[in-house]
Amino acid sequence: MNKKTTLALAGFVGLALSGTAGAADVHTRLIASTCMSCHGPGGKSQGDIPSLAGLDKDYFVKSMRDFKAGTRAATIMKRHASGYTDAEFEAMAAYFASLK
Amino acid sequence: MTLNRRDFLKITGAGAAAALTGCATLPGASAARSHVVVVGAGFGGATCAKYLRQWGPNIDVTLIEPNDKFVSCPISNWVLGGLRSMDDITHGYDNLSRHGIKMVKDYVTGVDAAKRVVTTRGGATISYDRLVLSPGIEILTDTVRGFKEAEAAGKVVHAWKAGAQTAQLRKQLEAMPDGGTFVMSVPTSPYRCPPGPYERACMVAHYFKQAKPRSKIILLDGNPDIASKKALFTDAWNTFYPGMIDYRPNNAPLAVDGNRMIVSTEFDEVKGDVLNVVPRQRAGEVCALAGARNDSAGNWCTVNLATFESTTVPNVHIIGDSILAALPKSGHMATNHAKVCAAAIVELLAGRQPDPSPVIANTCYSATSSTTSGYVANVYRYEAGKGYVNQPEGGATPKGSELVFKYNASWAKNIWAEVLG
Repeated sequence: MNKKTTLALAGFVGLALSGTAGAADVHTRLIASTCMSCHGPGGKSQGDIPSLAGLDKDYFVKSMRDFKAGTRAATIMKRHASGYTDAEFEAMAAYFASLK
Repeated sequence: MTLNRRDFLKITGAGAAAALTGCATLPGASAARSHVVVVGAGFGGATCAKYLRQWGPNIDVTLIEPNDKFVSCPISNWVLGGLRSMDDITHGYDNLSRHGIKMVKDYVTGVDAAKRVVTTRGGATISYDRLVLSPGIEILTDTVRGFKEAEAAGKVVHAWKAGAQTAQLRKQLEAMPDGGTFVMSVPTSPYRCPPGPYERACMVAHYFKQAKPRSKIILLDGNPDIASKKALFTDAWNTFYPGMIDYRPNNAPLAVDGNRMIVSTEFDEVKGDVLNVVPRQRAGEVCALAGARNDSAGNWCTVNLATFESTTVPNVHIIGDSILAALPKSGHMATNHAKVCAAAIVELLAGRQPDPSPVIANTCYSATSSTTSGYVANVYRYEAGKGYVNQPEGGATPKGSELVFKYNASWAKNIWAEVLG
């Protein structure tokens, strides 16, 4: 991932939306980073909370959609998933899939 | 000690010019470096320093912190309950330097926002392009008559900043005889960690149940009702500690007497064997030094919530418990303020517009016993003119569980690593 190019691009498009799959625009980078307060730095968790780093993109998106719909059992994740858009799920999924 | 300004003036000129032209980076500006000073290495400040370095490779970061160690307020109630030790909640700052953060052990005694310089007790003068203040709270000890004297005499603590007072309160509880009374006061909102006092009641009750089962807890609440996770705590008190906790709303403490061991409210004099008085709070002192403690009462800082820049003092950002906002004052929130703030500063210093619609989340766990916890979780989406809008389906669990306790313990390890690792 070319950070400089991505940032410059984000600057030009006004960076309001995070729809560009795979591109860590500043919005995606920010919302993904907020996940790490629970899921650990770089998406690597200690203890019972699952890691996010390297998760399969489709699995991530499906999980978030299922949490939001309430079709997957969860403790806090329905409350979190309900706050994000489908486009954000896609963008976060690409971001975490890219982390080793 | 004086840190060199390097070419900061040059950069600032370039940044301002870029801002005027709307976007794009001026030729050569990408190689220029800028300097951000962060004051306070708690959940907010340490996180902000880390992410500034991660997202802003051309940004030099100086982090000023007077304490040698980070002592976590979250989980500090578990020390009172005997679930964890002080060592478990105490962490070093050693890893932060690996991110290229310059750590300065000192206390800021002056901020000249016009000249963009901070001065310290140790005699340092440090220039900045942008300043981030994350000092946490200042305890308004004057608002409870006699508190300062009782605190100085070592008889009464607030233990609302984790550290020596946490250990002291635990010792007082250990020394209390079975059948004794623990009196705790809850400050009127807004205060740091809304569910904290009620979690503390659970943890002390847990300890009493194990070690001193005839003991009582009197909770004097300055608020009209349990301020956070009411269903969770009410359920826990009835289920695990029936008859042990005497909850008294609308009972703000007016005075404390550490010799007679009495807390006075408008209605009563309440005698106890251990008194834990938590006075009201305001933004940390350094915010006042910067002229940023600017709400109508002069207690909290109003900020642009998309960048956390002060609404009145340019180039000064405030994060964490010190801000005035419809957001809970939690360590978890502070880490996410920090990320929004760091992201915004990176864009602003590069002459670009920050993300106009940041989204942040709060996750706040509270233990109700040695094996159960509950939570509150919310997502907040920034909208211009409205601030952070609480998204649907957020809220608190009405009942604790063992699974959530495991997540609570895992959360603590992960957030400490996120802040300090």
